[in-house]
Amino acid sequence: MIPDLVVQGGQMFLVLLLAPLLTGFVRKVKARLLRRQGPPIFLPYRDLVRLLHKEVVLAENASWLFRAAPYLIFAATWVAAALVPTFATGLLFSWTADLIAITALLGSVRFFMALAGMDVGTSFGGIGSSREVMFASLAEPAMLMIIFTVALVAKSTQLSTISNVLLSGHVGLRISLGLVLIALIIVAIAENARVPVDNPATHLELTMVHEAMILEYSGRHLAVIELAAYLKLLLYVSLIACIFTPWGLATAGAGPAAYLVGAATYVAKLAVGGFLLAVFETVIAKMRVFRVPVFLGASLMLGLLGTLLLFVSRSL
Amino acid sequence: MLAAIVLWCVAALLTLAVAATATARQPWATPVIYSASLAACLVGLAVALTGLLAAPEPAPAAVLPLGLPWLGVHFRIDALAGFFLVVVNLGGAAASLYALGYGRHEPTPQRVLPFFPAFLAGMNLVVLADDAFTFLLSWEFMSLTSWALVMTHHRVADNARAGYIYLIMASFGTLCLLLAFALLAGPDGAYGFAAMRTNHLGPLFAALVLALVLLGAGSKAGLVPLHVWLPLAHPAAPSHVSALMSGVMTKVAVYGFIRIVLDLLGPPEWWWAMVVLALGGVTSALGVLYALMQHDLKRLLAYHTVENIGIIYIGLGLALAFQANHVAWAAALALTAALFHVLNHSLFKSLLFFGSGAVLTATGERDMEHLGGLIHRMPLTAFTFLIGCVAISALPPLNGFVSEWLTFQAILQSPDLPQWGLKILIPAVGALLALSAALAAACFVKAFGITFLGRPRTTVAANAREVDGFSLAAMFGFAGLCLLAGILPGVVIDALTPVVQALVGDRMPVQLGVPWLSIVPIAEARSSYNGLLVFVFIGLSASLAIYAIHRVASHALRRAPPWDCGFPSTSPITQYTAGSFAQPIRRVFGTSVFQAREHVEMPPPGDHRPARLRVDLRDLVWDVFYVPIATGVEVAAGRLNVLQFQTIRRYLSLVFAALILLLLVLGIWP
Repeated sequence: MIPDLVVQGGQMFLVLLLAPLLTGFVRKVKARLLRRQGPPIFLPYRDLVRLLHKEVVLAENASWLFRAAPYLIFAATWVAAALVPTFATGLLFSWTADLIAITALLGSVRFFMALAGMDVGTSFGGIGSSREVMFASLAEPAMLMIIFTVALVAKSTQLSTISNVLLSGHVGLRISLGLVLIALIIVAIAENARVPVDNPATHLELTMVHEAMILEYSGRHLAVIELAAYLKLLLYVSLIACIFTPWGLATAGAGPAAYLVGAATYVAKLAVGGFLLAVFETVIAKMRVFRVPVFLGASLMLGLLGTLLLFVSRSL
Repeated sequence: MLAAIVLWCVAALLTLAVAATATARQPWATPVIYSASLAACLVGLAVALTGLLAAPEPAPAAVLPLGLPWLGVHFRIDALAGFFLVVVNLGGAAASLYALGYGRHEPTPQRVLPFFPAFLAGMNLVVLADDAFTFLLSWEFMSLTSWALVMTHHRVADNARAGYIYLIMASFGTLCLLLAFALLAGPDGAYGFAAMRTNHLGPLFAALVLALVLLGAGSKAGLVPLHVWLPLAHPAAPSHVSALMSGVMTKVAVYGFIRIVLDLLGPPEWWWAMVVLALGGVTSALGVLYALMQHDLKRLLAYHTVENIGIIYIGLGLALAFQANHVAWAAALALTAALFHVLNHSLFKSLLFFGSGAVLTATGERDMEHLGGLIHRMPLTAFTFLIGCVAISALPPLNGFVSEWLTFQAILQSPDLPQWGLKILIPAVGALLALSAALAAACFVKAFGITFLGRPRTTVAANAREVDGFSLAAMFGFAGLCLLAGILPGVVIDALTPVVQALVGDRMPVQLGVPWLSIVPIAEARSSYNGLLVFVFIGLSASLAIYAIHRVASHALRRAPPWDCGFPSTSPITQYTAGSFAQPIRRVFGTSVFQAREHVEMPPPGDHRPARLRVDLRDLVWDVFYVPIATGVEVAAGRLNVLQFQTIRRYLSLVFAALILLLLVLGIWP
């Protein structure tokens, strides 16, 4: 019991520690691809510390919801990120929420984020929230279709079981899994407000979505929200890694050596994921807002196609 | 025994209704009538809970020597009726408590007080009925009393139209149910439910009964395309009655469907599930899209009821599909999901209507475009409304998520069904369900964000006052139940087992024995969810974050004008409105579903008129189904009008011709 608890706690703090590093790494790679020097890879940590030590400038008519939302957003994202297998499957509380519940937790995060954007009553907050829920209205069903496909292959919606089934080698290459891999990448890009859906580096008014919602935040509140955004990126990379590249994952109670191997491969997977994301963002241009539904609709269709294929035949 | 106590409660409610007609104008009548209704509902609730949880042997029917002389009136409480009595009386009790405060603001109490207890009595009687005659009589009583409540503020032009359409649809629904029961009763006229269960119909008649029940109970529940009356009638009534109509009466309609199709009609055919699933899927997606386009708070909630009815019917359709293929354990899972959603929706939809009533009391406004910033003026109402919004958007750790999660789990069990139709349809319905869940979150971000957040758009919103203690007590009670049902779903699932066992002959595994109070529908390796731990973890992580940040971070906080990229505007009309918030979704979905068209009227340079953006939405259901029917009726009436202005000779010859025709029919009839 106690060692299990330690491992579970270790995972919680591992994701928290690695999340800013992943974002810093992606920024660095993007800068190098553009032949810029780029910011130091540890800059996100320093950003967080700097924000924590600044005062909060709160809009005059901000309500209690505006002040509570950052903590709720952070807490729900952290719980979701801690439930995705990173270096090991079958951790102590891994059965608390299955993949559907993890997705829904992220839905709660978005719900409060959108409300926080509308709280001060500025036009930018509104534009961000309204676009965010429009994206979500397509990204969430796409995600559920992806979950359906994966769950039908693995006969389970538990992430640990899914990883183990896919790791066992009985599954092999499937058309349906290939389709949902593309769909999941599209959803991950949209959910994390990356190019081409949104641009994390811009403050150009009419193109921002995520940044528009958090425009009024400052100081420690902004730090917490930024950390939640880093965590969400890490969560999606971990999710793709544990479903599609489950190699190296330790099983529950495997012992410290296996955990170390798992952690090392996990860091390697994050690095590869971050690198690919940086390359993708560099070679593609930002879309117009009303092109995004088409992009996300493709993901929804791929997910639905994957599920349909499995309803037709379990071996596709 | 139990039925007798509930019948006494019903008798008490009916007496109250009669007493209210005499005393309603007295100032003390409002608190007395509502407290007495509250007491009656609480007794009914206690009895229904005993009936459901203690799960006694199904008692024989109580027969009263009323009604048709050779039939009598039969009442019985079995597990299914017990569960729905819980829903009815819980909603009734909360609405009565709420009305203790809300009813004080009613300008014409004599139009509400007599019908409110009668409406509660009618809903109880429908669920208690054990023969077709009693069922139909109670059903019609429920419809008429609720119609009278819809017509409370009958001088408002829209309300009169709403009442008229409701009356037509309700009569049509009862007519369909009447025909369905006639088919079920067979040529011998076996009107008792016990006799109907043994009376098996052929496939053609069974299909006909299914169609009639879908029309009859579906029109009351609000299945698309029979939903048109619902978003007109529910908001027209006073808010506590809207809560009852949306939260409870639609559930009584679902009860009617379950009672007839799953209990009386005998073993289902697989293609019935196709019809129910398709209707449920379309209803859920269309309902929420309609809701998103509204800017009247109560109408938005009413349209959203349509969506939830769709989710319930998806669960019921899955249960039928599994039942037809003899996969009883999966049917039990799907039916549990549907019934769980029945309870959940009755909780959060009542809560949200109470909240909209509080807003209406405080500001006199239902139009969200005139509200805003109420979270500062009405913090407690805003808090409970927020809980309701999170719950109805199916977000963990509240209760709406659990029932949708169970529905998704049921969908995942369906690839092994042998029929190809189901194999293709169920994933599509799953996608519609996922779509409606996501759109529901968008809808309630809009409802809460525009109404309660931001800056007040009018002076009434700026000067709103928090509502009274009774209303708040009712809202906090239901908000608490939403949380409890969300973090302890195992209790609800276990309480539903007698109902499910009786209807599909199997049950979900016992949940209360599972460690940590998780819920495990099939096996832990397949899927599990623990609302309690999710709730605790979120609480712990948030506390940890707050603690850590307040240890290390700066405490400084300064109030300043909003930043807004450097151009803050002092005018509240620069905020996003309900219409502009929904604009992206309208562009994505509405151009096809509603034929939404935007027209920009831009005056030429030099002209000082403002530019205008006009949006046209068409309700295709109304245009495709109802306008042709109405036109047809009108044309036929116009043509037949000639018959009213004939000479006596013509009338006599018409009578003679009719007589000849009837005799001919009799002669030719085999």
